[in-house]
Amino acid sequence: MRLFKDQAAGKLMFLLALFPSFLVLAIIFGLFQKSRAILAIRSVGRLLFSSGWHPLKGEFGLLPFITGTLWVTFVALVIAIPISLFTAIYLSEYAPRYVRDLAKPIIDLLAGLPSVVFGVWGIMVIVPFVGNVLAPLFGVYSSGYSILAGGIVLAIMIFPTIIHVSLEVFASIPFALRETSLSLGATQWETVHHVVLRKGAQGVMAASILGLSRAFGETMAVLMVVGNVPMVPKSLFSPGYPLPALIANNYGEMMSVPLYDSALMLAALVLLIVVLAASVFGRWILIKAEKRAE
Amino acid sequence: MKYEHELTRGRIKHRRAVEIVAKIAMIGSTTLVVGSLLAIIGAIIWKSLPALKLSMITQSPKGGYYLGKEGGILNAIVGSLYLGLGATALALVFSLPVVLYLNLYTKKKSRFAGLTRFAFDVLWGIPSIVYGAFGFVLMMAVGLRASLLAGIITVALLELPIMSRAIDEVMVLVPRELKEASFALGATRLETAFKVVVRQCMPGILTAVLIAFGRGIGDAASVLFTAGFTDRIPTSLFQPAATLPLAIFFQLGTPFPEVQQRAYASAAVLTLLILLISIASRLLIRKLTKHVIK
Repeated sequence: MRLFKDQAAGKLMFLLALFPSFLVLAIIFGLFQKSRAILAIRSVGRLLFSSGWHPLKGEFGLLPFITGTLWVTFVALVIAIPISLFTAIYLSEYAPRYVRDLAKPIIDLLAGLPSVVFGVWGIMVIVPFVGNVLAPLFGVYSSGYSILAGGIVLAIMIFPTIIHVSLEVFASIPFALRETSLSLGATQWETVHHVVLRKGAQGVMAASILGLSRAFGETMAVLMVVGNVPMVPKSLFSPGYPLPALIANNYGEMMSVPLYDSALMLAALVLLIVVLAASVFGRWILIKAEKRAE
Repeated sequence: MKYEHELTRGRIKHRRAVEIVAKIAMIGSTTLVVGSLLAIIGAIIWKSLPALKLSMITQSPKGGYYLGKEGGILNAIVGSLYLGLGATALALVFSLPVVLYLNLYTKKKSRFAGLTRFAFDVLWGIPSIVYGAFGFVLMMAVGLRASLLAGIITVALLELPIMSRAIDEVMVLVPRELKEASFALGATRLETAFKVVVRQCMPGILTAVLIAFGRGIGDAASVLFTAGFTDRIPTSLFQPAATLPLAIFFQLGTPFPEVQQRAYASAAVLTLLILLISIASRLLIRKLTKHVIK
């Protein structure tokens, strides 16, 4: 009887364990099904690379949204990668124990804050800062609701992701290596630069890619501060309209305009594919680096 | 001879300078990361003070609430808690058996386990707006309207990889001897799973549950399409439910400063809720570790 229970539970759990892999396929398939309606009429190239967005006239060019997403993500990465890396190096190589014990829960908490809260804060602090301080500094006019504001808020949101993965990578580098370098007379920073960073280069790259995939799909916080004007952005201070924001903003009216829902599902599919590619690539690098370490 | 001496000294000076600059950059970055969390929480609580009244959290919106009249966000708080609890329970029912299966029933280098873990990683990286879109497709397919149930299912899908990965991380660490001791006493895998491994991992499982719960109540993009929004507290699974993140978003979107103030206050409520969950999880872990065999 007990053995039977064990077997039965094993079978049941196996079925449940199939679910995650199945879910990945189901999401891709589901979104693809829905976007087929529009893919049947327009070519992929025209949908992705034309910039006319007039749903009522049946024009669905996703280019402004794709460029918007790319810009915001790029700005976020440029800000976040160096800062997160310095922080991770400090916490893993330099910081005394109590600093580490203090900083880790705070970083966890930052990761746990809801994106709406980031958005509210962005509107309260970052948007006025960009509009009233940074823009005049560069001699341009900006309402503050801009690519730059979105990038800054997003950068803060992906700090924890990059820091976490980098810390894991640094922790996996053997201590003997560092000690060898130090005993040869290298300073601590030289050790970090020539040993830790070189050994962990792939891992750091993976951390950045995972940060990228996180940034790419972030919706609410960016949506609230980026301005949402469907045009290809001209500068850091002009508003943009990223893909996730497009989907979130238009769910209300998408059922009333023909093909609208299909276009939005295509947007979700594009988003999904990019994020999938990035996270698969990132994981692949991590796994390879792990194998090499062994 | 003297010249060479000078050269070395110059080089040492240079190396020391680099060391100091690097250290400043690192401490600066860490301060920035830690400071940004404090800045976010500080600013949101500070701004919300004028609007933070007890009636905010004890009343549902009355007529004209979004124009600045009386009322509170009780509907959203309760809605979020229902949604979070339901989704977390559902996610736990799925993820715990899967993770147990991966750790007890599969061999160490099993391909299937590797694939499933990879699927979790991939799912983890999928943005919540895509879950929202997928949930919407699913809803359409089975003929469900925006409701508490649809929201719960979508959020459960979103929480699944978060929870599973967190549980898996601690379950991998269960010492092999412990499992072998249990097997040696004649226990089946199933008995070992629930009587030994689950108990040993209890603190980790609880943390995972709380992390997922925090994510669940904080996420906006996934419930935007699926849970709907209403001023009433839902009394059945098939009614739409308001959620805190969306309440914040909608209040902020109104042109009235009083209502925007309330959005800040709602954001403060959400932030405090998340803080509370995180503190509770830390306390609980301390309490539960007494059953853990080290």
